Amino acid sequence: MLVKLIVNNEPKVFECETGEFLLDTLRKYNYLSVRRGCDNTSCGVCTVLFDGKPIPSCSLLTVRAEGHNITTVEGIQEEADKLGRIFGDEGADQCGFCNPSMALTVYAMKKELCHPTEEEVREYLVGNLCRCTGYIAQERAIMRYLEDKS
Amino acid sequence: MVITEFLKPKSLEEAYSIYNSEGKNQIVGGGAWLKLTLKQADKLISLDDLGLNSIIQTDKSVEIGAMSTLRSIEISEEVKSLYEGILSQACHKIMGINVRNLATIGGSIMGRLSFSDLYPALLVMKAKLVFYKSGEISFSEFLNNPKRDKDILLKVVIDKEEAKGFYKKVALTALDFAVMNMAISKTKEGFQISIGATPSMAALAIDTIKYLNGCEAITEVEIKKANEILLNEIHISDNIRGSKEYRTELVKTYLARGIRQVTKNVG
Ligand SMILES: Cc1cc2nc3c(=O)[nH]c(=O)nc-3n(C[C@H](O)[C@H](O)[C@H](O)COP(=O)(O)OP(=O)(O)OC[C@H]3O[C@@H](n4cnc5c(N)ncnc54)[C@H](O)[C@@H]3O)c2cc1C
Repeated sequence: MLVKLIVNNEPKVFECETGEFLLDTLRKYNYLSVRRGCDNTSCGVCTVLFDGKPIPSCSLLTVRAEGHNITTVEGIQEEADKLGRIFGDEGADQCGFCNPSMALTVYAMKKELCHPTEEEVREYLVGNLCRCTGYIAQERAIMRYLEDKS
Repeated sequence: MVITEFLKPKSLEEAYSIYNSEGKNQIVGGGAWLKLTLKQADKLISLDDLGLNSIIQTDKSVEIGAMSTLRSIEISEEVKSLYEGILSQACHKIMGINVRNLATIGGSIMGRLSFSDLYPALLVMKAKLVFYKSGEISFSEFLNNPKRDKDILLKVVIDKEEAKGFYKKVALTALDFAVMNMAISKTKEGFQISIGATPSMAALAIDTIKYLNGCEAITEVEIKKANEILLNEIHISDNIRGSKEYRTELVKTYLARGIRQVTKNVG
């Protein structure tokens, strides 16, 4: 079947199976920044923004996204670059597999919460697993990014 | 997931009749649980176009549409104002923000999940469910007698009451299911207590509630006695997340703390 979505502000028409999940459709159409981790609604690396809200793309049927706005990390390039540089500065980067999903969630958080505390940041990001870093440097980087006005 | 047909009905009657037509038909709420459990369906019925995702305040109560996401419930000011926010707290402790933006209260109830972190809170708030065909039923009655086959849950209704509330989830990690969860409320009518994930399904602790409601005053003596009664009436056992002994200690500790908390400054 054909499904119309808006991906990173561009109208798209994708061919998919009725029971296909958004993660599979996006990857099929080369949005490879959307990663497949557990494929079990648990790890958060497949996170995209659905009308601005982080959701696990492995668990949303593509047909249910018809007409909605999907944002992948390419859609927030400028902010992702900024966050990426701060991650680098703080030594928060390792393999990078979780970075796109982390950047999207941090971006959504910056829009939703006003001056969050470290505790609130941790709680907001609890569903985005990173298997390398241990989160300390990431937290430092994210706190810096949230205060960044540039 | 193999789905023959995906349908997005425009009316409840249409949704209901498709659901009840021949074949293996399934309603999708947020779909997060179905992702893990459903392999195949003939017709998958979306409730997305039926306006079931709002949280409305009326004179007497707060009505939470079945398609409201856990995140929208968690941050709703209306829900925070009920029973000192225990339902918001319960939502807050479930998975990450991304899953909570998808999973719904309707799916949580109709999924009949023994580990559910919402059930104890809904039970002590005396939540009522409203179904399309079978009408209103209390949540506690629904848990005892889930026979609502092929009906559609429309909303969850919680009456506003002057109430104290206590909520606790204990889990080994932030993303794990509970080892135990508990909610306690106190209104002018008295206490409500519910323990879940023991790992049996949450229920109201009827005998303990009756005992506490018959006490003139609540001191450490009554709390100790309440704990004895509670351990006799609920079923606690082992599973991969915790032993019976560990769960028993958790229940004892948090029951005492919870009762102390809700009796503070209340007559
Ligand atoms: C990885 C993961 C971890 C989780 N961890 C926890 C946890 O720690 N604590 C916790 O409390 N919960 C947890 N949950 C459960 C979650 O909170 C939801 O309860 C669950 O996902 C069901 O909600 P849903 O909207 O996804 O339902 P769906 O998957 O859409 O549906 C579940 C069932 O309900 C039926 N249904 C849905 N809506 C209606 C309706 N309106 N009328 C009739 N039938 C309906 C569906 O047909 C289906 O049978 C977890 C879920 C996942 C996926």
